[in-house]
Order: sequence, then C-alpha cells, then structure tokens
Amino acid sequence: MNKPLNGADTVSRAEVEDLLYGEADLLDSWKLDEWLTLLTEDAVYYVPPNDKPDSDHRTTLFTIADDIVRLRERVIRLKDPNCHAEYPPSRTRRLITNVRITGVDGDTVTAAANFAVYRYRRGEPAREFVGHYRYRLRRVGGVLRIAERRAILDAHELGPMGSVSFIL
Amino acid sequence: MSQLHAANGSSPGRPLVIESRENLSFVVSREVFVSREIFEREQRAVFDRCWIYLGHVSEVKNPGDYRTRWVAGRPLIFCRDRNGEIHALINSCRHRGAVVCREREGNARNFYCMYHGWTYNTDGSLRGVPDESSYPPGFDKASKGLTPAPRLEAYKDFYFVNFDRDAVDLDTYLAGAKAYIDLVVDQSPSGRMEIISGVQEYDIKANWKLLVENSVDDYHLLATHATWLQYMRNSGVNMSPPKGSGLLLPTEGRGVDLGNGHLTTDNPNYRGRPVARWISIYGEEAKADIDAIRTELVERLGEARAARIADTNRNLAIFPNLVINDGSSVTVRHFTPVAPDLMHVTAWALGPVEETEEQRARRLHAFLTFYGPGGFATPDDVTALECAQAGYASWREVPWNDLSRGMTKDDDKQSNTDEGHLRVFWRRWGALMETHA
Repeated sequence: MNKPLNGADTVSRAEVEDLLYGEADLLDSWKLDEWLTLLTEDAVYYVPPNDKPDSDHRTTLFTIADDIVRLRERVIRLKDPNCHAEYPPSRTRRLITNVRITGVDGDTVTAAANFAVYRYRRGEPAREFVGHYRYRLRRVGGVLRIAERRAILDAHELGPMGSVSFIL
Repeated sequence: MSQLHAANGSSPGRPLVIESRENLSFVVSREVFVSREIFEREQRAVFDRCWIYLGHVSEVKNPGDYRTRWVAGRPLIFCRDRNGEIHALINSCRHRGAVVCREREGNARNFYCMYHGWTYNTDGSLRGVPDESSYPPGFDKASKGLTPAPRLEAYKDFYFVNFDRDAVDLDTYLAGAKAYIDLVVDQSPSGRMEIISGVQEYDIKANWKLLVENSVDDYHLLATHATWLQYMRNSGVNMSPPKGSGLLLPTEGRGVDLGNGHLTTDNPNYRGRPVARWISIYGEEAKADIDAIRTELVERLGEARAARIADTNRNLAIFPNLVINDGSSVTVRHFTPVAPDLMHVTAWALGPVEETEEQRARRLHAFLTFYGPGGFATPDDVTALECAQAGYASWREVPWNDLSRGMTKDDDKQSNTDEGHLRVFWRRWGALMETHA
C-alpha cells in the first residue's frame, strides 16, 4: 500500500467487499432503486473512453459521465420498457475480485477492484466486459456509501461489446 | 421508372431499388443488407470510388503526429511529416506487407517495420533497409516508399481520401454539403474546430447503410427514443408539438438533397445547443455564458447567420459513410462495413478550439445525454438497426423496405420526418451500383 492509511481502523476491506458485492447483486438483479440508495446525494458514475482510460470527463469525451441527476434519470430510463437496448433486460453476472483499499482520508475511502461482467441477451453470444473499478466511498451517518464509481475497461475499443446500455 | 438490376448475383435480374413517381412508391430490396455478393460489389462501386473520410487536421497538429485507422477496408496512416505536410500513407511495408505502424496514435520520427527492419520517414519515403548491399543493382530505394492513398484532399480541415485516381475533386464531390460543413466550422471565432480527446468505437451488428438512414431519419424519434424524450421532459424541456399542428415533434424541419448522394436534416432547434441555445439542463449558471457565445456569433456573422447556426440543428450525411450531427453537440461519426451484417463505428466530439473549460465540459455533457454507446439514445438506435437486420433474414419472403413517406410532396418540400432525404441516398447508391453491375 503506497499511501499511509490514516484512520485505517475506521474501515476494513471486509466492509468494502460487502458493499461492492452487495452492489453487484442489486445490479445483477435489476433492483435499481435499491441500488440508488447505496449512493451519496452527489454521486457520480464514469466510464472513460477505451483509448483514454485515465482522462478527465470535462476535457475528454467519455462513454458515460453521469452526475447524480443524470444517473437517476438513467435508472428511470432503464426501468422503462421503451429502453429498447435493455428490453427485455440483459441478464448480467458480475465477478468482482482483487478488492483493495487504496486510501483513507477522513470520511473518504478510495478502493479498487477488478471486474468481469458477462452480459447475455437471447440468441446472442455473451458479451464480456473486463476491467477495474475505482471507487470513492464516503461514510454518511455511519454507513459507507458510493460517492464515485469509475468503471475502466481493458479492451482497446468497445467493439463487440457494443453499447454500455446497462449499469457497468 | 428506374430499376437497378443485380447482375451476377445470387438472384440475377432482381431489382434492388425501385422508384415509381407515378405510383408514388419507392422500395429497396432487403437483399442489399444481407447479400455477400452485393457487399463485395459495393466495396468496389462505392468505397473504391467515393471520397472517404480520413480524419481532421486537429488530430495531426505537430510534425511527426500520426493516427492509424482503417479506411475503405485499408490500413492507413494519417500523419504530418517532419516538414509539416499531411499524408495518407497505406500502412503496409513495401517489402513483405506488414503494417509499419502498430500504435493508435503518437508522434514518430519514423515508421519501423518490425518484420525485417525496413524504416520509413514520416513522409513515407524509404529511409533504411538492413543489409541493402545484398539487393540486386536495380533495387531502387527512392521508388519504394510507403504507398500514398491515390488522392488526399481537405475541405475546411476535414481530410478525405479517394482510391480512384480519376475521381472528381473533393470540392466538386461535396457539392451542397459544403454549406452545411460551414455552419459547423463557423461556430469557432477563428474558424478552427478540433476533434476532442476520447473516441467511441463500437460495433453494430447490422448493415452500414442502415446507419446512414438512421442518422438522418427523424420519423423514428418518437418510438425509438421515447426514453430520451421522457428524460428531456423530466428535465424541463418542452418536447410537445404545438397543439393542432399535426407534427410529431415540437418543430417541423426539412430533409434536404445536397447533391451527389449527400443529404441533411435542417430543423428549428428545440433540444438545446451548446452553441448559443440554452435549455434548462445546462443550468441557470450557464445562461450568461450562452448569451456571450451568441453575442460573439452576432458580432462576427450578423443576426441572420448567427440564428442560422445557433437555432437550427442538422444531421448531415456525406455519402457514403460520414455523418456530422450538429445537434445536442457536434459529433463526427464514420462507419466501416466489415460484413453484410456488421459495421465498425467510430465517433468523436468536435468543438471550437477557443472554448473555455466550462464550455467544453458543457458540450461534452450535452453530447453524452443523447449520443454514444452510453448515451440515452444511441444504444436504442443500435438495437433498432440490429432488430431490422434480424428481420432481413426473411428477405426472400418479405423482400421490400418502403421509403415512400412524403412522396406526394415536391422534392424541395420534404420534411425531416418524411423520407425524401433517405431516397436521395438510395438513388445515389443505386446509380453507383448500376455502373458496377
């Protein structure tokens, strides 16, 4: 671990893992309203472009760069049968591993994890989304919540993954 | 009546595009989306003869800058040599063919073939050959540079290549599309737009011609983009057509024939534009800044031209495979056919070089609301195209697509929700295919 973990005693990897695994379960189950309750009131969600994984959404065109307003609208859209790209909803399965706490600063915890997300649609080959997450978590009223989630894909282009129409 | 016949095809003599003005009918054979033979033929008839988009000058700003990309089925290097000249070099070693540049982009002193070590200068000339003395006396290094694309020309910083040495010049080719490119370029006070960092590259499992149609077809908005319309409403933007207007959308636009198969929509804007048309999604704090952009436009170009730029949005399709959507943001999108039922799509955002960080951030935010593989609209377009492609498996039983909307009206009266502009594409495609029957 590079950074000194001041206050590391306030958060354990197990607590972070519980949050991430619980989140994965809600997303795979399409319990999106419940998923929103895991987020802070100012949460943001990013999928950087495949060619510039370390860039800033204010100066670089991302695949997804949602503030909390658009993120809530994304959930409204995903629950609508007129969200054609996700109707019927894809079946997804997330495997989350290599969970690490990368920093602690007061109430804020940064964490990283690897992911493999399999997306299945009827009559289509599986689409695999592989990469890593970077999370910024914040303790709100004693509970660890997601203030930022960044899903960084390893592939050089989206290519056969097509759209990122579900929440990655 | 004009009919196009697919000679040498799996179904010889079958017409592909049939237009009948007297019967007010226009149909396209669904075979054009599934046939391997037609796919191969259009590579020669369309992609080897038309001007195909390569890239934008802002992508190769400095001497030595390069981008590698696939254009018309060929690997190309789009680069600026050490003396500042721009090239389109075929990325294939003259010795035994390996690509000599394997990175997406960068700045190079030279291009080095990893197979046998031949080295090329950034202008394509052959610089070094290991153990040159073993070649016969007639071996001429000067004639063994990387092969340039036969033609390379630019309009307002947009570079195109043509693999037909005898093609008309780009300026003539673009015809009426130039005026619509100008409406985009004029958004920059200095007339300089730039491709913004970050590229969206995704596949659509559908025939490439479906994306031409989809990019300019405003008839599909209500059904395909119901959730986007709902998002806009939720955000306080009025998306309802005026009462009693009979319109599908808040304003009535036009579908315009620009010549040579190019076409555009041209719509009074209702959905906001980072160039000088505020909507609630931008936030109250953006109002003053948007006003300032508008003031600059008016001072530089006059009221009428400023309004033309700021208050209309236009989806421009440059035949065959470049789309510039000047809508919620500006996107430059081109697509490469890979198989009858598969295309690679590449999309960028375009913005004025002078933009402040705040303006750039607003432009990018607006872009992602609609466009791109994570946007609120494009994924549903992808699904629509893939659904259509799936349906075409039954092309023998259900052979025709209907494109007759608006045919009772004159060609210059076609609205954006008619199909007059789609027919422009198909007529051009059909004519080119006919010459290579």
